[in-house]
Amino acid sequence: MTSHSMTSPARNVFSAGRLQGYVPGLLLLTSLVLSWLLFTIFRPADEEFQINLILVGLVAIIFFGILLYAVSRKVEGQRRATDRLATLLVTIAFLAALTPLISLVIVVLTNGLVRFDGDFFTLSMRNVVGEGGGAAHAMIGTLLMTLAASAVSVPVGLLTAIYIVEYGSGKRLTRYITFFVDVMTGIPSIVAGLFAYSFFEIILGPGTRVGISGAAALTVLMIPIVVRSSEEMLRIVPNELREASFALGVPKWLTILKVVLPTSIAGITTGIMLAIARVMGETAPLLIAAGFSNDFNFNLFQDRMQSLPNFVYYSYVAQGSNPDAALNRAWAGALALILIVMILNLGARLITRFFAPKTGR
Amino acid sequence: MAKDKDEGLIPEIRAPKTVERPGDRIFSGSARGAGVFILVMLAGVSAFLILEGYPALVADPAEIGLLDGDTFAQWVIPLVFGTLWAALIALIIAFPLAIGIALFISHYAPRRIAAPLGYIVDLLAAVPSVVYGLWGGTVLAPALQPSYAWLAENLSFIPFFAGPASGTGRTILTAAVVLAVMVLPIITAVSREVFLQTPVLYVEASLALGSTRWEMVRDVVLPVGRGGIISAAMLGLGRALGETLAVAMVLSATGVITVNLISSVNPSTIAANVALSFPEAYGLNVNALIASGLILFAITLVVNSIARWIIERRAEFSGAN
Amino acid sequence: MSMRIEIKDLNVYYGKFLAVEGVSMEIAPRSVTAFIGPSGCGKSTLIRTLNRMHEVIPGAYVDGEVLVDGNNLYASGVDPVSVRRQIGMVFQRPNPFPTMSIRDNVLAGVKLNNRRISKSDADELVEKSLRGANLWEEVKDRLDKPGSGISGGQQQRLCIARTIAVEPEVILMDEPCSALDPISTLAIEDLIEELKSEYTIVIVTHNMQQASRVSDMTAFFNIAGTGMPGKLIEYDTTEKMFSNPSVKATEDYVSGKFG
Repeated sequence: MTSHSMTSPARNVFSAGRLQGYVPGLLLLTSLVLSWLLFTIFRPADEEFQINLILVGLVAIIFFGILLYAVSRKVEGQRRATDRLATLLVTIAFLAALTPLISLVIVVLTNGLVRFDGDFFTLSMRNVVGEGGGAAHAMIGTLLMTLAASAVSVPVGLLTAIYIVEYGSGKRLTRYITFFVDVMTGIPSIVAGLFAYSFFEIILGPGTRVGISGAAALTVLMIPIVVRSSEEMLRIVPNELREASFALGVPKWLTILKVVLPTSIAGITTGIMLAIARVMGETAPLLIAAGFSNDFNFNLFQDRMQSLPNFVYYSYVAQGSNPDAALNRAWAGALALILIVMILNLGARLITRFFAPKTGR
Repeated sequence: MAKDKDEGLIPEIRAPKTVERPGDRIFSGSARGAGVFILVMLAGVSAFLILEGYPALVADPAEIGLLDGDTFAQWVIPLVFGTLWAALIALIIAFPLAIGIALFISHYAPRRIAAPLGYIVDLLAAVPSVVYGLWGGTVLAPALQPSYAWLAENLSFIPFFAGPASGTGRTILTAAVVLAVMVLPIITAVSREVFLQTPVLYVEASLALGSTRWEMVRDVVLPVGRGGIISAAMLGLGRALGETLAVAMVLSATGVITVNLISSVNPSTIAANVALSFPEAYGLNVNALIASGLILFAITLVVNSIARWIIERRAEFSGAN
Repeated sequence: MSMRIEIKDLNVYYGKFLAVEGVSMEIAPRSVTAFIGPSGCGKSTLIRTLNRMHEVIPGAYVDGEVLVDGNNLYASGVDPVSVRRQIGMVFQRPNPFPTMSIRDNVLAGVKLNNRRISKSDADELVEKSLRGANLWEEVKDRLDKPGSGISGGQQQRLCIARTIAVEPEVILMDEPCSALDPISTLAIEDLIEELKSEYTIVIVTHNMQQASRVSDMTAFFNIAGTGMPGKLIEYDTTEKMFSNPSVKATEDYVSGKFG
């Protein structure tokens, strides 16, 4: 068909009254041109006024929306016009979500690479004023506190999920536990920090800021995540497998250990890794409970302990005599943090993809 | 003895106690113990917060340096306002966007890229809040500042834009935008699941009647998913209320109640205030901050409870049963 | 290796609800007995009480006795787990353990119970059980592949191999062929014919032609109405049940007038 009209020839009763494929593209182009013209012609008298390309784009989209709707309505009718408009809006929403992500990635990469050097990963901030220094002490702190938190959260969380799914259905205790785990998922992270602080204040005296307190705060945040995700993974295991095991004369606890857990272990591991990734990025509770330090500290039970997110925070908030150096450190820390979190996330998803057994449902 | 409705008395037969193996006893005991541990921990959280927050509520306001002459109530109310206000604006920005994105991924995007797109949005959720704070303070605030200047010049008759515009762009609106970006992935993820679970039955019924895609979404997907969407929004709200870092790093706060979105005089949130004041606090000031944390906890509890109640109510009516 | 089963006055309850009422019957060793009847008549419920599998559902219990070679399964102090090691069960949908290889699936009854077994003994057991289930020739070269990677009919025979590897006295089968295609069904029916020389077999089936092909004795269960308990209506040799039953309800069911 080589017709150049806006509507296709009515060769087929089903194809009548539709816009040709190239029309929306054409309208988009027109809108961009119009918008650019608008800004060029109507610029304020200010000599320094720069044409903000983003603004041009935004206005162009508005023009496009109006034009598309009007043209479509004339040719295709109101219902299809609304449909096109809806499609446009939904697509814009998606692109709008991409914008901060792209901006974030670009900014973190460009700024973070400046100080992404060996020093950064091996030195602490001890005696450093202005240039230099690194975040090694913070990374160690994060590692230690997260490990300690996991050492408590993973067993407690997993066992609780096992209780809820395998032993406790219908019991009253289960309902309480489920309800309160729900409540715990909603605790603001800073409140968890305040709790850990209060707890250790009573034990060790006021003003105590110590690594284990930070680990306690992280535990409060981590347990509900582990419980929830493990519970889901356990529920997915088909009941038939449990029955097959019982029918072979295998007691319940061995069934759980050797049939249910291995079948769901991939999903459970994913959940745990995601929980760790979540908790690694927590700043507020550690600020409160573990305090701030410039030094290496390998002892969870003594003295304040720095963590990576806190390092970023303090570098930004207390920039000291050399703001540029401080900011560079902050960005490098941010980049390191994002990389760790992303690797954990990706790793978790890959584990599910490759190791989850097909249960043949 | 229980009565059966047809016959006479039926003896109450209890199920005979079965032999329990030691392995089972140990294992189920530990599992139950873990569950109880959680209950104890939660009780502990509440107890300690109340224990440590209480002194600030009963002490003479003059003794609490942080209050700067106000009573506790006078000090905490602007913070509560700021917390709710920032979260509300964040939700207003994030909610429509999130629904749009969720719809895009579930019904508009080409099938093959829909799953990767979902992952990308989930990536936004994985970024730690401190990085958002850094980005908000150094990139977003300066970028938005010219717009604030423009708004103050041209639309200052609207109370929201009364100006004078902040020179740095670090206003509550900027903080709310950062919150919106943080909360977006959560609302999107939940809504996406809800939309994907729309019963194919109704979707096909709608399309078979000759509906356009938008009409199908409007008439089937959105109504069926309404409960799920609302609970997604409440989840996002809960997260926004508790978010500390993003606000602390972006906002320059003076702690007053105002609806002016673009000036340099801004209310602060409870969480950000705690984060900023805690490191140097001592004595009763600490108790006051903890008391404010308790209030925040209470607020988020209420919001989450409402969300859960909505889910449970709608579960009965959901067509996806 | 196989034993006589006596059921004496068995009532099965789910909570307060009486699901099956007053069943008494004797099952001879090394025979195949079929339980038939319309949906909901309690035949699956009943067969599960023969190895105490019904107790997996909370609130389910029985009143009465089940004697296997004179030993009451429901005497106080009896461990259900030991019962199940002597009385095996094959389910409606094949359920090999997805995380285990074919070999490990066969050995599951042994391995899951932490019983030590030498490699040569294990190999022997695997071959014996797979041969017993008519599956050896088909899988002997892929014993290490996952148990879920074979066809439905083969999976069900794998489950049967797994069951006989534990060397039970009795094998219970709850509609073992209803999820399979006709050719696999035939293969399993042939297998049952072979197995009965060593085991006592009870099979629940809603397929009457299968019952008449495969079993020596047939028990017909029926239910008076919804909410009423299921009852044993007639129990006799298969030949008699299908050609000349004594009870009218049996004749109606067998000739397809209902159910």
